[in-house]
Amino acid sequence: MDIIRNFPCVSIMLCLFAGIITSGVKEKTAKCINRTLIMTVFALNALTLYYTLVTGGAFVYVMGMFPAPWGNELRAGSLEALMATFFSIIMMLSLCGGKKKLFDEVDPEKHNLYYIMTDVMLASLLALVYTNDLFTAYVFVEINTISACGLIMIRQNGRTIEASVRYMIMSLLGSGLLLMGLCILYDMTGHLLMSNIRESVIEIVQRGIYKIPLTVAICIMCVGLAIKSALFPFHSWLPDAYGYSTVSSGAILSSLVSKGYIFLLIKIFYRVIGFNLIRGSHILNVLFVFGLCGMIFGSISAIWEKDIRRMIAFSSVAQIGYIYMGFGLGTTEGMVASIFHILAHAATKSLLFISAIGLTDVSGGSRSFFELTGSAYRNKVAGVGFTVGSLSMVGIPIFSGFVSKLLFAEAAVLHPDQKMLPTLIVLAISTILNAIYFMKTVLRIYVPENKAVIEQKGYFSVTAGQQKTYTVTIICFTVLNLFLGMMSEPIIHVIKVGLSNFA
Amino acid sequence: MSRKISEEQYKRNLSVRFKKWISGETDPYLGNMEITPKKEYAPDEKILRKHMADQTRIISRTYDMEHNRVYRFFNWFYRKAAFLCCIVLIAILILTVSYLPKTTDPGSPGNNEVAERYITQGMQETGAVNAVTGMILTYRAFDTFGETNVLFVATCCVMILLMLEEGTKKKAEDENDARYEPKKDVILQTIAGVLCPIIFIFGIYVILNGHLSPGGGFSGGAIMGAGMILYVSAFGFKKTQKFFNEEVYKVAKISALCVYGLIGSYYYITGANGIENHIPLGIPGHILSSGIILPINIAVGLEVACTMYAFYALFRKGGL
Repeated sequence: MDIIRNFPCVSIMLCLFAGIITSGVKEKTAKCINRTLIMTVFALNALTLYYTLVTGGAFVYVMGMFPAPWGNELRAGSLEALMATFFSIIMMLSLCGGKKKLFDEVDPEKHNLYYIMTDVMLASLLALVYTNDLFTAYVFVEINTISACGLIMIRQNGRTIEASVRYMIMSLLGSGLLLMGLCILYDMTGHLLMSNIRESVIEIVQRGIYKIPLTVAICIMCVGLAIKSALFPFHSWLPDAYGYSTVSSGAILSSLVSKGYIFLLIKIFYRVIGFNLIRGSHILNVLFVFGLCGMIFGSISAIWEKDIRRMIAFSSVAQIGYIYMGFGLGTTEGMVASIFHILAHAATKSLLFISAIGLTDVSGGSRSFFELTGSAYRNKVAGVGFTVGSLSMVGIPIFSGFVSKLLFAEAAVLHPDQKMLPTLIVLAISTILNAIYFMKTVLRIYVPENKAVIEQKGYFSVTAGQQKTYTVTIICFTVLNLFLGMMSEPIIHVIKVGLSNFA
Repeated sequence: MSRKISEEQYKRNLSVRFKKWISGETDPYLGNMEITPKKEYAPDEKILRKHMADQTRIISRTYDMEHNRVYRFFNWFYRKAAFLCCIVLIAILILTVSYLPKTTDPGSPGNNEVAERYITQGMQETGAVNAVTGMILTYRAFDTFGETNVLFVATCCVMILLMLEEGTKKKAEDENDARYEPKKDVILQTIAGVLCPIIFIFGIYVILNGHLSPGGGFSGGAIMGAGMILYVSAFGFKKTQKFFNEEVYKVAKISALCVYGLIGSYYYITGANGIENHIPLGIPGHILSSGIILPINIAVGLEVACTMYAFYALFRKGGL
């Protein structure tokens, strides 16, 4: 057995160990442990990705001495390894981008708690990606929820406490629904392992029994995960949670946490219920409609918003809508487009959060849209970063957002039923709405401000040399975006291979 | 050409007046300006009352059920919608449950090869007489490690929220931690003095016998944590901190979790790679048996006890 097969398990255990050890050390050591950990996890998962691509298939890793239906299992295929690698890159960059700001936002004595939360968060994301067992998934969903709450409320002011309470209530509702769905599935099949449930579900469907419980279980799990990933009607917790937490937390929450749940939903679709059965049920149509609504209403809320970080947060609602719309198409092309959009959105949204903080910092800390006038001249790096992010979100060619929109449009055109027209129309409208609020902001930050006003308000300029880590982070994000936009073919290939291995 | 001017004229000259003002001999405002004596600041009753009235008016108008239609609608709508959602969810779940297989039915899907192996072969494979402990700590060890980490993360979150930094506030809390608790209550202290040792011993018994009888790390740890809380409420923090302070807490928590993690990692990796496991299973029924279960139970018990006590201490005075 190759040694690389151990890497998914090792990376999860390393994250948990790092979290445990961090609780006993001071702030600086905690930071070192955290950075080393993320780099190690990145390396391990990149090797796993390479291994799965070379061997051309997925492998199952038995956690302990007892195989399939008795013990816990992990499963690593190319899609899982791609996701894990990508998540660790984004987490690294988000933390580096918010490094300096963290000292303003969080009391230095609590920095090690912050790093515990990020370590454990990474562990839970990896476990959600790799697990082959529904109950393990639930346990790590719990860890994910608690650590996300911690990441929100560590910046202690009234707004974040309120936001984290709201997040916790909504998120626990989602976890509860997921758990109930899981219980119903267990009751019908007697298994918790994904592959075994799948076999039993096929048998149940053939025998034609338990029709109502099966439908209810699918619906409840979909709704639960939709609440947790902020699909349109359940998005009320999102803008406060993303907009008022620390900048790194905002980036991590928007680009990773919700994506972890969406990936779990994909796994449930493919590996637990079976995609054919899901396609036959009407839940996909519901997700499709809500996804379309989210695309429109999220963008409209973002246009109304005057606070730049809340605007970016509302934009997430629209992008989550895109992903669910791709699910709703019910075709493999739609699924590929959605998974690519998960990557593109993660790379872009964290870039937007990180660069927005640079712009607000040189505008006297004000997040109001009008006070950002000319801020791109005062912090040129952040201005470029924000522009790249906006162009990518709007869907300009050579940036990552373009590829995902192209994939969505292709999937819509290839769709056999009548979902083509609404998809294309809403896609067009949503792109225009995206362009309105993002280009409005880009123009605003590039309009020169009066010198008198600058002096009166005491704005200052920051050069790239004064913020080296920040500059490198923005450059890395931009390169990642361009990479996803210009060399998307190999990644789409990996996604397709991974999806075909799923079934 | 110079001109002689009279004394009076000279005094009225601008430059002379300026010089005098500079040197402080005269005050140009003196006699020319009315100076009212300073009054002590008293807020204008009228303005204040008006401000208050405005505030109450705003609030009453906003939440005026009779006139504010939007508020009334939302108030009505949210209550009804929440009620309706709950009823619908309850109805759906009850309906679903009625379609599910009966628990007592021997042919129900839950009674399959999984449960059968846990019950029939559990003792040989795990060495534990208590099948539940054997299942959660051997067959599904990874899930349980996750659960233990949930406790750990939860404590960290409470620390984020309630931990006080070094400073005056913490000092005040340290000195006056028994604000809401009875101080030196004789009845409480006597009974706690009798009960605490028994509770501790019982907790240790439950932990150590986790693989032999009902119990285990989670329940035993909870019992020990409860004992600690009783001790603190009776005797105060000063006495408790002699044997359990923040340092001890940190060492206990980290070593317990690390031991569990190391044993777990060893177990997962050897199991997955087909390497022989060198932890002996022992004879089922003996106290030193069942392989990894006993050390894991001790680690979990320590972690749970620490968590219980930490929650109490953090909520009571914002520190350990």
